[in-house]
Order: sequence, then C-alpha cells, then structure tokens
Amino acid sequence: MTPKLRTPTLFAVMALLLAAVGVGQSWVVSLSILNLCLISAIMALGLNMQWGYAGLLNVGVMGFAALGGLAGVLVSEAPVGEAWAAGGDGLGFALLIVVGVALLIVLLRRFLRKGPLRTAATALLLVAGFFLARKFFDPAVESIERIDSTTTGYLGGAGLPIILSWAVGGLLAAGAAWLIGKVALGLRTDYFAIATLGIAEIVITVIKNEDWLGRGVKNVTGLDRPVPYEIDLQASPWFLDLVQWLGTDAIAGSSIFVKLCYAVLFALVLIAVVWLAERALNSPWGRMMRAIRDNEDAAAAMGKDVTRRHMQIFVLGAAVMGIAGAMLTTLDGQFTPGSYQPLRFTFLVWVMVIVGGSGNNWGAVLGGFLIWFLWVEAEPAAFWLMDAITAGLPEDNTLRAHLLDSAAYMRLIVIGLILLVVMRFSPRGIIPERRGR
Amino acid sequence: MSFLASEGMTGGYGGADIIRRCTIEAEQGEVAVIVGPNGAGKSTAMKAIFGMVMLREGAVVLDGEDITRLSPQERVRKGMGFVPQERNVFTTMTVQENLEMGAYIREGGTADTMARVFDLFPILKERRRQLAGELSGGQRQQVAIGRALMTEPRLLMLDEPTAGVSPVVMDDLFDRILEIRATGIAILMVEQNAAQALTIADRGFVLVTGQNRHTDTGAALLADPEVRRSFLGG
Amino acid sequence: MTDVANAIVLLTNFVIVPGVAYGSQLALGALGVTLVFGILRFANFAHGDVMAFGTMVALLTTWWFQGMGVGIAPLPTALIALPFGIVAAVAFNLSADRVVFRFYRRRKSPPVILLIASVGVMFALQGIVRFIIGPDDRRLADGARFIIKASEFKAATGLKEGLAIKLSQGLTVVVTAIAVTALFWFLHRTRAGKAMRAYSDNEDLALLSGVSPDRVVLYAWLIAGTLAAVAGTMYGIDKSFKPFTYFQLLLPIFASAILGGIGHPIGAVVGGFIVALSETAVTYAYKKFLRYLLPESWEPSGLMQLLSTDYKLAISFVILVVVLLVRPTGIFRGRVLS
Repeated sequence: MTPKLRTPTLFAVMALLLAAVGVGQSWVVSLSILNLCLISAIMALGLNMQWGYAGLLNVGVMGFAALGGLAGVLVSEAPVGEAWAAGGDGLGFALLIVVGVALLIVLLRRFLRKGPLRTAATALLLVAGFFLARKFFDPAVESIERIDSTTTGYLGGAGLPIILSWAVGGLLAAGAAWLIGKVALGLRTDYFAIATLGIAEIVITVIKNEDWLGRGVKNVTGLDRPVPYEIDLQASPWFLDLVQWLGTDAIAGSSIFVKLCYAVLFALVLIAVVWLAERALNSPWGRMMRAIRDNEDAAAAMGKDVTRRHMQIFVLGAAVMGIAGAMLTTLDGQFTPGSYQPLRFTFLVWVMVIVGGSGNNWGAVLGGFLIWFLWVEAEPAAFWLMDAITAGLPEDNTLRAHLLDSAAYMRLIVIGLILLVVMRFSPRGIIPERRGR
Repeated sequence: MSFLASEGMTGGYGGADIIRRCTIEAEQGEVAVIVGPNGAGKSTAMKAIFGMVMLREGAVVLDGEDITRLSPQERVRKGMGFVPQERNVFTTMTVQENLEMGAYIREGGTADTMARVFDLFPILKERRRQLAGELSGGQRQQVAIGRALMTEPRLLMLDEPTAGVSPVVMDDLFDRILEIRATGIAILMVEQNAAQALTIADRGFVLVTGQNRHTDTGAALLADPEVRRSFLGG
Repeated sequence: MTDVANAIVLLTNFVIVPGVAYGSQLALGALGVTLVFGILRFANFAHGDVMAFGTMVALLTTWWFQGMGVGIAPLPTALIALPFGIVAAVAFNLSADRVVFRFYRRRKSPPVILLIASVGVMFALQGIVRFIIGPDDRRLADGARFIIKASEFKAATGLKEGLAIKLSQGLTVVVTAIAVTALFWFLHRTRAGKAMRAYSDNEDLALLSGVSPDRVVLYAWLIAGTLAAVAGTMYGIDKSFKPFTYFQLLLPIFASAILGGIGHPIGAVVGGFIVALSETAVTYAYKKFLRYLLPESWEPSGLMQLLSTDYKLAISFVILVVVLLVRPTGIFRGRVLS
C-alpha cells in the first residue's frame, strides 16, 4: 500500500471498529468511546509535540491534564462569597508574602556573590517566608474549609461558561510547564523523565489536599455543561418531533444527541490542534526542532538555543494536554482528583504516541483512538474470552469465578503487549514519521 | 614471514575505505611505530590489526596463524594486548583491580605477572590501593599499559600512548617501552610525536591517506630528507 | 532532664524507627534500580512491579505454608516464603530480558528505547499481578508483633513516653544489612562482581578484557530481582501488600537512587535513608516534642507540623529536584558501580 493511502485506510478501519461497537453493543457505548478517543487524541498530540518533535521524555502528562481539569472547576463553578469573606484576606496576605519573599530572594541573589553566605541567606529567607506565610495561610484555609463543608468548603470559581475553561486549562498547564521547564529542562533525558514523573505526583498531591482550592478528594460534581441536558431535551417539542421522525425513543435519542454534541465540539478542537500542529511541524521552526532532536550537540554548535527551543515546545505541548484535561472534566461533569493515576493519564498516553508513531501528528491521533478503544474494549473481550474458556466448568467453580473476576485486568496485559510488539516489529509506529523533506 | 604480518589491509567504518592496501609488520623484541599526518589512518590501521575495524581485503597473520576473522577478544587470547588512546583505565577501580581485570580472561594464578608489572612500574605498586581515576595522566598510562601486559601478550599495541602528557613523562614512558621490548615482546605503536617515536623505533611505517608511503628502520627514516621535510617539520 | 529524655524517645519512636525501617526498604529497592542502570544504562520503570510480583509469590507461598501449618513463630512465615518470591522475581527479570530487553541491547538501541520498553513490561506485569491476586490490600505479617512494646519500655525506664519497635521493623533492618553487606562483598571481592563494576565503569575496556556482556547483564537482573523481592516482602511484612502501593514506591526509589548518584550502590543506600527520614521528619507534628523542651509559656499553639502527611510522596521529589539542581550527579558521583 502506498503511504498516501495508508493513513486514510487506517482511520477507516478505526471508524469501522467504532461502528462495530455501535451495532454490536450500542451506539451510546460507541459514542462514549469516540468522545474519549477524541480527547485522548488531543492529549497524545500534546505529548507528540514534546517527545516526537523534540525528544523530551515528559513522564508528567498526568499533572498537566489535572491542571486542565482543575481549570474546569475554577472557571465554571459559582464563587462562594462567604468563603472569600472568611479567608480571602488571609490567602491574599499569604500570597503577598510568598511573592515578596520570592522577590527578596531574586534581589538577594542578584546582589550577593555566589558562596556559602548566599546559600545560607536564601535558605533562611525560604524558611522564614514559609512560616510567615503559613501563619496567615493556615487560619484562612481553616475558615474557608469550615464553610458549609459538605457542599462547598472552598473558594468556588468564576461562574463563567465551562467551555472557557478549555482555554484557561491550556494556559494553566502552560504556566506550570514554564515553571517546571525552568527547573528541569537542563537535565539529562532519564533524569528529566523521573523529575517530571515526580512533579506530576506533586501537582496531584496539592490538588488532592488543598481543599480550599478545588475541594480536594471531596470532589466537585454537577459541573456546568456546554451542551443541553437530556431531561430538557426530552421535554422539548422540537426534539420529540425529531426523535419521532427518526423512529427512536426519546431517552436513548437524547443520550445519543448529547454525546454527538460533545463529539462535534471535541472534533472541532482536535481539527484545530492537528491543523496547527501540522503547520508548525512543517515550518522552519518544526524542522529546526527535529534537527535539535536528532543531534542536540550539532544544533547547539550551529548556534541554536537548544534550551529555549525545548522550553517553547514543552510549554506548547503542556498547553495542549491542559486543554484535553479541561475537556475531560467537562465531559465527565465532575472533577475527581482521586481518579488521576499515572498509569491512565501518563503511561497510557505514552503508549498512544509510541504505538501511533512518534513524530507524526496523524500517528498520534490514530494512536489516541486505537489505544483508548482497546483500553475500553479489552475488558468485555477478556470477559467473553474467559467465559468461553471456562464454559465447561460449573457456575460455582472457584477457578471460573476467579478468572471472570480478574478479566478486567487483562486490559493492562493487552496494552503492555501491544506496546512491546509495536516497538519490536514496527519501531517507528503504525504511521511512521515522514522523513527527508 | 614477520611475527605480525598484516598485509594489504583495506577497510573502514562502513563508509569509504580509510586504509588502502596498507601493510604493517612487527617482530618480537622490536618496536614498530606507525607515524603520519593527521587523518592518515594510523589508528584505523592499528584497530584493523586488533579486529575493531572490518577489513574488505587483506589479512592479519600473527605468528603464522591467520586471525583476520577473529573478534578483538579472541585476538587477546591469541596473544595481542591493546592499549586504547582514551578511556583506557577503569577510573572507579583501584590500580590493583585494574590489573586484575587485565588478567580477567586468564585461567590460574596471575601473581607472577602482577609482580613483574609492579617491577616495571614501581609507582603502581605504591599506589595499588588507590583509584585509577585519582592518578596523574602519566601514571594512568602506566596502569593502562600494565593492564594490557597482564594477559602476557606476545604483541603489545599502544594507540598514541604519549597523547596529552608532558615531555618528561613521555621520555619516561618511552624508556619503559624499551624495557618491555627487552622482555622479547613485539611492540607496535601509533605516535603523534613522530620524531621522538622514531628514535626508539626498530621499524617505522609512514602512512599517508591510508597507504604506506615509507617503510624503513627508525634511524633510516629519521635520516631520510624527504621524510624529515614532509613529516618531521624539517 | 527527664523532659529531654522523653523528647528524644518521642522523636525516636515516631520519626527515627519508622524512618530507618522505611529507609531500609527504599535502599533495597534503589540498589536494584541503580544496578540495572549501572549495567544496562536505563531507568527500569518495571522495578516497582517486579517488587510486587516477588512479594505476591511470597504471599501465596505464605498462605500455602500457613495452610499446611508450617511456620517459624515468633518470626513471620513470610520469611521462609521469601526464597520463592526471590526465585519468581529473578525468573521474571530474566525472561523479560530474554523476550524484550536483549533485542534492543544487541541492536545497541539508545537507553531511552529500553526505558520505554520497560513501560510496556510494567503494564503487562501490573496486569499479571492483579490478574492473579487482585488489587486489594493484604496482610503479610503473622507471628509476634513487637520486639519492644511501648508499655514495657515505659515500665522499664519510668519515662512518660514509650518506645515501640515492631518485629517487622527490626527484621527489615537486619535483612537489609545482610543483603547490602553480601552485595558489597560480591561487588568488591569476587571476580564476577569486579567484572560488573568494570563493565559499568568502562564498557569498551571491559569487553576488551574479555568480560562477557551477557554474563554481566545476567548478574544484574539476578541481583535486581533478588533485591526487589526482598525489598517488597519486607515492605509487605512491615506495612501490607497492595499492588498499587508498590508501583507508587517507584517514585521514592528513583528519588533515592538519583539522590545518591544513580549507578552508585553506596549512594542508593544513603539516598534511601535520606528520603525516608526526611519523609517522616517533615510530616511529623512537633507540638509534643517542643512541649518537652520549651518553657511552658512558649508552648506552640499549632501542631508544629511542616507539611501534612499527605505530602509524603511529594517530599522525596522536592529533595530530588533540589539535589539535581545543586549537584546533578547526586551526592556521590553517579553513573558507575563502585
């Protein structure tokens, strides 16, 4: 098959797989998978920019996705006036102190020469600043969290439409990436990987524990929606007419309609990101990025500012991950910090990029679709397989019960094997990077 | 035939040939030196003899045995000792451990050999519990040579042993090399400091663009006006 | 004077004893990571799950022994099941090398490819462990619980504060001491150990010296598997066995290894203790401790806790990042086994 035909064919196969689920299981399931496929594809595109274009081994995808998710809460939830009144000042003071101390440290480091005195002074300022900020921060947090803690107990958000959070999530993640990049980008590849892995874990820990910010593990549910509610649809005459004309029932129809609305919104974002990513990749900037990736030393010798370029791409990729994270929270309608686990939000995205084809945007998109599809469908498939294997055993056989219970974990094995098999037999992925232009 | 006879060697690192129909020979109890301008393929020729460069043509014969197809490790077993130019000691291991690693492939006791290396390089005996990475450049070269001697080679190959050391240390190293020669080993070395190296050479090979240009005794090459003009700076 | 003694006992009981036990477990884990890094030059993301795998087999064997009524009370049964866990972890490492890593090694792929391949191994192994034993929290300890009980300590010393040392904590420290001593003896006194150090230091020169790369890699996987099973089982006896926790242990383990200088065994041990002690020290509430030492009027109003215990995992990484910035090679110069 010519390379030109290969990509459309693969996407057609993917569409057939989704259609098969629609026919075989149900269209609601198929569309749920599709929506998450779209979000996964965007997340994979973000990682592909960092790893595929620039060779940055970012193992902190989870952190950026969670910051995007947090943006969903901060943008869409109504502000809690009481909480602001109770602890707003205290938090403000604490923030001022942090900023003040940071400025002092920067000034200090500018005026003092490098040496033990500077190190000691910096450390002293840090410790003093920490305790001083805590003095205002702790009581403020306590009073905020005390306010109606079963339903709020946090500052709330800006009360704006949640769709704005997609942009805000991108910005939040980009800002975090800039800070992380300042610290970590100079590190060797494997150190960078472990540092980002750890920083993502820190981000999640903060989100989980700072209840005043996003309610922590108490979760925020019932978020604003950019699409109509099923119940409203079922009560609208125009929708009932539409359903009747299509010949389906209103409940299933409304569910499908809502999912389609999401799908259209997500698809628009995906198309925009792919278009921009393709343009960037094929621009002189993209070529330089790949030149740096392929030979950092040579690029540096040619006067390219490697760290600066890495920072650009790291921030950009993180922004895309943040957008996807905000979209995910929007789709879920809730923000649950406890659900962020590195396996699902970091390593699975890595599998998407490597299997799809790192360095190729279409590869990342296909990888996002395919791997998410398998991640979801491996479970029923394994259940069916175990059921078939143990069909000869009696219903109450312990082995049969154990195998059926454990079938869900087959998905981990399947994903691991797919990654290993693709790396071995098609190391550049299903849709490899186009080279030599 | 010479003890080491590598004839008509042609090859390189996969791309274009770096050495062409190159012939290098060495005898036991003699020092043979390969000299020539930068990029002449001196080190490549030596690595080809040691099996680190694939040959398209030519053969390497050691003591009458064709070893052209053997791996470097197998050549070590056949009696070749090789001292690379860079990274030639284990910096995080003690001097004694470095020597032990040199004898890694040997079966049986190695105490005699180590005693002889310590006789040759007394400073190493003094420093034997120190990490090789903490030694000076000249002492490190002694460790590197000592390590290669631990296999009791019949042919010792040195790739630019005096690169980056002071003239005093260089003279000292050459003296040691002559001592090693006295034990009856064949010595082959690549040298950047051509004039000094040729003074101790029994046999010299001048390579230019991967081919033999002049071959003679060290003294004769030093006396040859053309060699002096072109390669020894007058 | 008794106030000072009480304060010291308090700190020992809540910070030092648990910190040292946890530090031993991290040290064992970090040694495995550092050995594989020193020889194969990549950070093995599957190491935490190899620990879980070895521990799982030790746990299954423990159940089997308990079922047969075999035990070594007052010591935990898991201790005699540990060899089975070690064999399983080593067997897994060796087959993973044969099926996955050897291919890339022979092709001289860049280390990052091996790192990503280890992510694939990690996925599959997590699936295998959960498939066999499920994701739940399980107890591994039986036998006696304490070496010293708090009440006994109070009665013996007449102090207000008690010091309790769990049997599992004592065992962890003893087993770690044995394992670390044996490893250092192996690396410094045996031919094979020296070959490993040589290979780690200077691969080309080690090959020239006749060191067989396959042999060295085999030893690395063997030792890493052994240490993983020991670390995992000791952690399980001391706390409990839950597959997800073992995956999470990867973070402080990496932190310990890098902190000490990756590829550097002594560094891994030191790093493990630094990470563990800082975790317990930073999340301990010093209110009571200070009450013993300060005059009454100075008594602190708050808990005097630097950070809440939820930030445990985060602390190791803050330390790690600071160390990487100040001294990127780690405390001991990393990169090689020595």
